[in-house]
Amino acid sequence: MLRLTCPYCGVTGEETEFHPGGEAHLTRSGPGATDEAFRDYLFQRRNPRGVHFERWHHQYGCGKWFHAARCTLTLEVFGTYTAQTAVIPEHIIDAIQSRRPDWRPEA
Amino acid sequence: MSDPRTALQGAHFAGDVTVTDAGLIGMISIRGDQSDSGFRTAIRHVTGHDVPDQREMRGDATGGLAWMSPDDLMLFCGHAQANIMADRLTAALGDTRNMVTVLSDARAVIRLHGASVRDVLAKGAPVDLAPGKFEPGSIRRTRLGQVAVAFWLTGQDSAELVCFRSVAGFVFDWLSVAAAHGASVAYHAKPLT
Repeated sequence: MLRLTCPYCGVTGEETEFHPGGEAHLTRSGPGATDEAFRDYLFQRRNPRGVHFERWHHQYGCGKWFHAARCTLTLEVFGTYTAQTAVIPEHIIDAIQSRRPDWRPEA
Repeated sequence: MSDPRTALQGAHFAGDVTVTDAGLIGMISIRGDQSDSGFRTAIRHVTGHDVPDQREMRGDATGGLAWMSPDDLMLFCGHAQANIMADRLTAALGDTRNMVTVLSDARAVIRLHGASVRDVLAKGAPVDLAPGKFEPGSIRRTRLGQVAVAFWLTGQDSAELVCFRSVAGFVFDWLSVAAAHGASVAYHAKPLT
């Protein structure tokens, strides 16, 4: 059971109150992109054993989408942050590295 | 013109907690930038309430103002006054970015009254309803069973709950089962003897 804190309404709820939205920080490829880039954008997803960034929807609460950083192995949630960002915030990287010293954000 | 009707048509259930259709209530969704001073002034001027803080409920279903999300407020008023209030809000909000929508007939309001009201809600909602953790003045949007609801306490033994009209019957039945005599879990409140 995950417990997530919605950055918009401040509620810490368990996962049945939220809905998962898949991998976060995808780069959208549209018209003009190569077939390979469009294929990867549509179908290719990371499935790491460890630190993962996801989108979540506070479905039964304030109805907002947000980002979460968590470990797929231990279900530890390192932090949640607003959806109005294209990059992973520093404080989230710091929170992950304080728990997973060997982890480095992908370029 | 057809007469307005609540989804529950005055339904009432008396168990350890009474579950009652709150009747026709005006509800207006007010979207806008809550940090904008023009927005805040207009809300205070028309509703008589300051813009509520995060998860704050000012007042109750008779004229209260609820925080629904960072860009959404819900104003409660008399059912017949809803359109007039909405027009006044739209006029007062003027050029500030806003959307005022009358949702009175898209929602249902249910009142709960009884000592074990916290227990009844806690059976269906994944919320810490312990005294001190959830008190009057706070609103919580969450799920009850499988459907979205919002509720707030109006006292230590009473609460009000809003749900979509389409699931009002389900929510009423759900609460009635949870509140039935003999169904008390006596966690937050002592059982009735």
